[in-house]
Amino acid sequence: MKSRLFKNISTLSRFIFKKDRFKMALWIVGIVGFTLAVAVAFPDLYRTAAERQQLAASMVNPAVTALVGRGYGLDDYTYGAMMAHQMLGMTTIIAGLMNILLVAKHTRADEEAGLTEMILSLPSGRLSTMGASMAVMAVLNSIMAVAVGLGLFSTGIESLDLEGSLLYGAVIGAIGLFFAAVTALCAQLTESTRGTIGLSIAVLGGAYLIRAAGDVSNETLSWFSPIGWVLGTETYVNNYWWPIILTLAATLCIAVLAFYLNTIRDVGAGFFPSKPGRMTASLFLRSPFGLALRLQRSSLVFWTLGIVVLAVTYGSVLGETEIYFEDIEFMEEFLPVMEGVSLTDQFLAVLMAVMAIIITIPALLMILKLKGEEKNQRLESLFSLPVSRIRMMGSYLLLAMLSSVFLLLVSGLAMGSMGVAVIEEAELAPFITSSLVYLPAVWVMLAVTALLIGFLPKYTGLIWLYLGFSFMTVYFGDLFQMPGWLTGLTPFDHVPGMPVDEFNFMSAAVMIIVAVTIGAAGFFGYLKRDIHG
Amino acid sequence: MSVISAKGLTKNFGKFKALNGVNLEVDKGEVYGFIGPNGAGKSTTIRVLLGVLKATEGKAEIFGMDAWSEAVEIHKRIAYVPGDVNLWPNLTGGEVIDLFVKLRGGSQRRKREELIDRFKLDPSKKCRTYSKGNRQKVALVAAFSSEADLYILDEPTSGLDPLMERVFQECVKEAKNEGKSILLSSHILSEVERLCDKVGIIREGKMIESGTLEELRHLTRTQLHVETREPSPGLVKIPGVHNLQKNGRAATFQVDSEKLEDVISYLSSYGVLKLESAPPKLEDLFMRHYKGENSGPVGEGG
Repeated sequence: MKSRLFKNISTLSRFIFKKDRFKMALWIVGIVGFTLAVAVAFPDLYRTAAERQQLAASMVNPAVTALVGRGYGLDDYTYGAMMAHQMLGMTTIIAGLMNILLVAKHTRADEEAGLTEMILSLPSGRLSTMGASMAVMAVLNSIMAVAVGLGLFSTGIESLDLEGSLLYGAVIGAIGLFFAAVTALCAQLTESTRGTIGLSIAVLGGAYLIRAAGDVSNETLSWFSPIGWVLGTETYVNNYWWPIILTLAATLCIAVLAFYLNTIRDVGAGFFPSKPGRMTASLFLRSPFGLALRLQRSSLVFWTLGIVVLAVTYGSVLGETEIYFEDIEFMEEFLPVMEGVSLTDQFLAVLMAVMAIIITIPALLMILKLKGEEKNQRLESLFSLPVSRIRMMGSYLLLAMLSSVFLLLVSGLAMGSMGVAVIEEAELAPFITSSLVYLPAVWVMLAVTALLIGFLPKYTGLIWLYLGFSFMTVYFGDLFQMPGWLTGLTPFDHVPGMPVDEFNFMSAAVMIIVAVTIGAAGFFGYLKRDIHG
Repeated sequence: MSVISAKGLTKNFGKFKALNGVNLEVDKGEVYGFIGPNGAGKSTTIRVLLGVLKATEGKAEIFGMDAWSEAVEIHKRIAYVPGDVNLWPNLTGGEVIDLFVKLRGGSQRRKREELIDRFKLDPSKKCRTYSKGNRQKVALVAAFSSEADLYILDEPTSGLDPLMERVFQECVKEAKNEGKSILLSSHILSEVERLCDKVGIIREGKMIESGTLEELRHLTRTQLHVETREPSPGLVKIPGVHNLQKNGRAATFQVDSEKLEDVISYLSSYGVLKLESAPPKLEDLFMRHYKGENSGPVGEGG
């Protein structure tokens, strides 16, 4: 029975390794390199124990806890404790993403492309393709775990001891494998690659949000999230290994369920039924704009939900800001006390900037869809119709702009309604204006994307680097003491941090003019170039 | 009046010359067959005509308007079916048809339903579940249910079964009878022979032959199979005879169309017992161009 179900699994495993070796190597080198780079940078950034303690204190606030997780060993904030606190939570997400994308490719994407059918027509077992994927991921995550562990230990930094380092690697490997199994399960449930990746990422996002909400409010809640489990190892501080065992056991159960479902379903089918579709198009799907919205409707809904949850989480902690910040002397460095301005307002201004950058992601995705459509050869048919280039790009740009207005509004509203509830004498309006003030900056980002689509369609990915840089400057600009000319390169730096700063009409007007100019140039390029499909 | 007029179209992709001075002329009410192997430049030519690609050199006009700068105006009157129909996986076939028809302007509900019925398409299915043939049906229904003056069809039947191919050919004939013009790129030479008034052959980015089928037939050869009472030794010496295969008193060979008279008068003196001739086929012409000028046609006797 066993040999029948898994026949040729080793050949298929080697084939996956061969096929994806570069992609896999890039992920591992990326994750290991990123982890080590930060580990090596910490001793330079925070030389003394006193500096580290200062940092520890600044980290103890609900927003940071929601973002990176609850810290352990904060009273003796060693480099190890810093790594486990500030880096590990984020790295679990990246490891999760790596596994989701790779496994979705090996399972549902191959099945959708008809490759699984080809393999099954050869003398290979029914479970061999998925089994091979799981085997490869087990090896891959083990390599990653050991590489991270030994790598961290080999830095020789004090407090990065062998056991802690290996546990640190094991956390990343275990959570990675967990999401490999989750993806294998989702691949059984949904009928498309899109659905598999979407559902798996929803599980990953859900795990993160439950952990975030739990860490801020109720510890028990965090134990409903696998990310909560692995962070509960208290790596480098108490080095508990049992959460790793728990995670691996859960992984095994999910994988067995996925294998079972795979044996009882038809090739190409999923367990979630696909509804029969519409015979005719609705009135609304009759223009390029309608099409653009229709194609991204579910993505927009998903992002809206995520942003509401995040904004509500942030809003719920605002009431406690004063209590958290009052006792900490050097908080003055992090958020210098300003005359007539409450700490809550200062903190709110930082949150708004972070939310604006997060909201820029879906807005960019909306306009980048135009490039994706071209890459998938779907534009040619539309451009054979009386649809002008301006109308086409304009539709996607308009959708992106409207989405950014909508999401900034929703974000301000969600954070505000929570804030009004927890802060005394707070009003809703300042939340909304503080959020919407970022609109010109988001639009500059959209205009730059339009410019790339118009002139450098192969390099539209550069916009993510720009956004990443923007995030670094806004979030860490003061901490890393970046020079003004450098931070000035991102539009977000020119937005007044309301409610602390006054609304600046000039800066908003200048940014809108810049956006219009760059955007117009993008349209010009798009009008002049070939459409490659 | 010419509906499509392309002169000296050249298109470079980096160093690669995809088109090298392509000329193409399609008149009103004409079905033009555009043939050539994969990678010869058929789709590139069509994309230039659609204004999706900009010609490096040359001029392309449709309805007397520039294909690049007046694309939108032109597209109100044309319908296009690509060879590789890529649709949105999460929209249904019916939704896509409506979107295309609506964007072109002027919807014909009755025609749409009739075509869906004729092509036996289930419009309620998501496009991701369609086979290549079904995706092509979606594009064909969208194209033929709109009021276009010019149809540009790029290998539209490559995924259709023979029954659906026939439905397609009926659609083309109906459009032609209504005075519409059609540019049909195809690999299926019998289809081109059946439908087209004019044919153009493209090879490595150049038009190497174009004209009416009648004109082109003069360039090609007739396949003959004869049996004579007496052996005919001199056959091999007659100019214009190719690929001669003799088997006793039987001979199979091809002859240049203009030398047919000489061959028949030579053979008649040997007492013809049996004479079978196959008409010159487009396939022979096509193969001759593609296999190089030296080798003979490979048509079947009939």
